[in-house]
Amino acid sequence: MSATETTLLAIGTKKGLWLASSTDRKTWSVSEPKFLMEEIPSVGIDTRGGRTRLFAGRMSWHFGPCISHSDDLGKTWAEPQEGSIRFGPDDGTALERVWQIQPDAENRPGVVWAGCQPISVWKSTDHGETFELNRALWDHPHRSEWGAGFGGAAAHTVLPSPADETVHVAMSTGGVYRSDDGGASWQPRNRGISAYFMPDPNPEFGQCVHKVARDAVDPDRLFAQNHHGVYASSDRGDSWQSIADGLPADFGFVMLAHPHRSGTAWVIPLKADGERIPPDGHLQVHRTDDSGATWQASAAGLPAAEYNAVLRDAACVDTAETPGVYFGTRGGAVYASADEGRTFQEVASHLPDVLSVRAAVVPA
Amino acid sequence: MSSVTVLIPTLLRPYVDGRSEVSMTVSDDGDVSALLDGLGAGRPLLDQRIREETGALRRYVNIYVDGEDVRRLDGLRTLVPSGATVMIIQSVAGG
Repeated sequence: MSATETTLLAIGTKKGLWLASSTDRKTWSVSEPKFLMEEIPSVGIDTRGGRTRLFAGRMSWHFGPCISHSDDLGKTWAEPQEGSIRFGPDDGTALERVWQIQPDAENRPGVVWAGCQPISVWKSTDHGETFELNRALWDHPHRSEWGAGFGGAAAHTVLPSPADETVHVAMSTGGVYRSDDGGASWQPRNRGISAYFMPDPNPEFGQCVHKVARDAVDPDRLFAQNHHGVYASSDRGDSWQSIADGLPADFGFVMLAHPHRSGTAWVIPLKADGERIPPDGHLQVHRTDDSGATWQASAAGLPAAEYNAVLRDAACVDTAETPGVYFGTRGGAVYASADEGRTFQEVASHLPDVLSVRAAVVPA
Repeated sequence: MSSVTVLIPTLLRPYVDGRSEVSMTVSDDGDVSALLDGLGAGRPLLDQRIREETGALRRYVNIYVDGEDVRRLDGLRTLVPSGATVMIIQSVAGG
């Protein structure tokens, strides 16, 4: 990172958005809250095309959900007069929450995806100002059988491939779906992922996949943290194999992939569905450098005892040459690592529950 | 046509130039839905804060016509009499 660059960390919480910045990713300056008393379940930072646009998926319990964006690093925010995401009058439903704001690849400038509750995927072609409902997924014949996890029925992960027209979506509950044609059609891709909570533990769909990440070098390689079960796929999700051996638990929400190197991923395990705390109260980040064959734990800089969970989008990596790793807890602590997750420093503490974080290197 | 007064909660006042109340002219047989249509004309974001895209009143937004909760009356079809005071109030919600 040069002297003219800073790392921006957007922290979405249950009661507002905080922005932290750092020139060394060790010492952080944390802003006053924006959108105080609104949930911020999703944040996004789009640095494509030489400009920086921040997104905040907002949810007011009184006045509903929306997306706002900022082109001045969070000083001012805008929202299109007609709203960014709205169902049509014939859809018979209303937007409840924006769970994911995902800028597409560099070669598709202006395209931004959103994953929402109720289960729906939306695509913007105007840099995230207005979004169009993906009708193929909305009208999918499986829809009536998709369910709701505790947090609501949502498409929480949207992963467009930089290599081609492939898009993966993960929903809770429903599992992983893949489009090979840019979203024109969708097929379930869950073979090998267990759904122990269903009568048939190996259904075609219905899994509660918590997060999916795509390998940066091999776009056919995917990693998934499941509602019990950690998996990898080397064939675009056609089949999944367990990579949970070596982890202290196979439950959790987070799955991060290295932004540059193949085979490296991070998880933050929780003990179990019925005991959603770090195993034995020891908060650890676990990293693999061989696509899940082995794992190494890191707790340097993290508290000795921690009983709060880390939610699915409350973790991220930046895209620096030596990438930073970031996460926040439901106890309102936020941690940053400047060395790929080996050691951490506290960025903030005593915030509301952290729901979402995203980081990017931006011009100072 | 008749005149009614709409009281705006603090968090929604940015959408009406900071005002705490808005005077509106409505038809004699107008209901709350029509009133909201008028209030939201030219202010689509204000309307979106009050009503979902289905047209339903948001769950944690309450509307009172002359002190009566429209949910206990005829919902958004509740008639708004001439000279009425219509209060838009955020209800108890959140944690």
